[in-house]
Amino acid sequence: MMELDYHNMRAFADSWGLAFMFAVFLAVIVWTLRPGGKKSSDDAARIPFKED
Amino acid sequence: MNTGFGAVLTGLGAFLAILGAAFAQDAAFATHAWVLFAVLAIATVVLLRNMKFSAAAGAPVDTSGYFDNVIRYGAVITLFWGIVGFLVGVVVASQLAWPELNIEPWFNFGRMRPLHTSAVIFAFGGNALIATSFYVVQRTTRARLFGGGLAWFVFWGYQLFIVMAATGYLLGITEGREYAEPEWYVDLWLTVVWVAYLIVFMGTIFKRKEPHIYVANWFYLAFIVTIAMLHIVNNLSMPVSLFGAKSYSAFSGVQDALTQWWYGHNAVGFFLTAGFLGMMYYFVPKQAGRPVYSYRLSIIHFWALIFLYIWAGPHHLHYTALPDWAQTLGMVFSIMLWMPSWGGMINGLMTLSGAWDKLRTDPILRMLVISVAFYGMSTFEGPMMSIKAVNSLSHYTDWTIGHVHSGALGWVGMISFGAIYYLTPKLWHRQRLYSLRLVNWHFWLATLGIVVYAAVMWVSGIMQGLMWREYDDQGYLVYSFAESIAAMHPYYVLRMVGGLLYLAGALVMAFNIYKTIRGDIREEVPMGAEAPALAPAE
Repeated sequence: MMELDYHNMRAFADSWGLAFMFAVFLAVIVWTLRPGGKKSSDDAARIPFKED
Repeated sequence: MNTGFGAVLTGLGAFLAILGAAFAQDAAFATHAWVLFAVLAIATVVLLRNMKFSAAAGAPVDTSGYFDNVIRYGAVITLFWGIVGFLVGVVVASQLAWPELNIEPWFNFGRMRPLHTSAVIFAFGGNALIATSFYVVQRTTRARLFGGGLAWFVFWGYQLFIVMAATGYLLGITEGREYAEPEWYVDLWLTVVWVAYLIVFMGTIFKRKEPHIYVANWFYLAFIVTIAMLHIVNNLSMPVSLFGAKSYSAFSGVQDALTQWWYGHNAVGFFLTAGFLGMMYYFVPKQAGRPVYSYRLSIIHFWALIFLYIWAGPHHLHYTALPDWAQTLGMVFSIMLWMPSWGGMINGLMTLSGAWDKLRTDPILRMLVISVAFYGMSTFEGPMMSIKAVNSLSHYTDWTIGHVHSGALGWVGMISFGAIYYLTPKLWHRQRLYSLRLVNWHFWLATLGIVVYAAVMWVSGIMQGLMWREYDDQGYLVYSFAESIAAMHPYYVLRMVGGLLYLAGALVMAFNIYKTIRGDIREEVPMGAEAPALAPAE
């Protein structure tokens, strides 16, 4: 079994970790810009005006 | 938390402080324990005097509306600490210009400087963030603050942290870590307060009546969670004694340096940026009377900022023992930060599209807008300074100080002033502020102060950097270090003037807020009313 030391953790972080973070980031962008998202985000933008 | 329970807690704390003084292993710890005792003893007496023993005391507090009393305290204390912090800033600026003002040992520059930085960042900025986050989270979730009196614990516990940190610096108690100077026992206390803060904020979000969590709360939450993580990791240390002031870091050498700047830069990123962006996304739309320009851009702004900022810290350690790849990584991520920073700035400014004329008549909006403009300017300057070639000139010079102040005075300061101007009439149920014209005075005093400060530090810093690297044709340095210091004297004097202008603006604000709370309204010509009719150009 691979030892959980600094070098292995770093190797994991700059390969799988990096790919995972990047994929999550892209997924967030795609989700935010999805075609049906305009209406719900316009509604969300009005939240501060529901109360004084 | 009722006053009786509070009195028990502070009384117990005062007793523990006496024990700390009795068993102290060093003189500084003993003095600090007496300071703690004095503070807690006074708090106990005040709480006992406010206890109610009548039959009405058992009646439940009205918890139907929003919990705003703690926010009123927060708004006032923000202004108080702000003035203290700006005043100490003017003092340390004068100490650099006239070294005779260093009064040994308590009031020399080395002890006063962390007092200034902590007072403005944590006391002024931190209280502004706590107060506005409590306000915004209630209004945008339409729920009362979670945890009953826990919010009072957060408020007073945070003030205790500030007092202990500040008195510790003057006593010479310091970890010597940038923006994290308090010693281990003060750090532990802040951790307790911060966890309580997280519980209040998260609890309010959990019981929200609005299904969607408004983006301002995302920024506030990112600020609270990330600061908790940064604070704990950066302060991992071993005290020499349970009753001693000194502790040693868990890290050493370059690892310690990187941990410090991972903390230090993310304190800028998550305390001074993310938290205040939360303010921007609430108060700019409210004051402008229109929703944020693009809500989807604000979501992308949020995630891009979160994913990128955390890696930028190594740019503080260019040309040091830090591995080259780490330096380059820090530089690249800093440059990538241009995109979310400017995306956010454009989003904030474009919120005014179609309402730009309001700038003419509304000095509060003017303040909010110039803060966003300063956000754009300092987030342009920062990545530029993180480029290694630029950094080789700018690092260790006054240019860095100028950059920090354009961000801190311009962005953080102005948006906090704007938020408090917005909040005061709302919180005290006043028709409007005492005087909008005084807000305008504050605006110009502060803006002029920042411009003087930043411009002077650019000149001074670039001159300093160029003098340090000037070689003659024999390969010798042209200037000694002392010569570069002597050359900076006029700029140091001017910097102090810039700080004085900024402080004067804050004093005008304090007067205005005081009169507003009292309920006075100044008879004045409305802003923009007397403007002469436009004449055609000749």
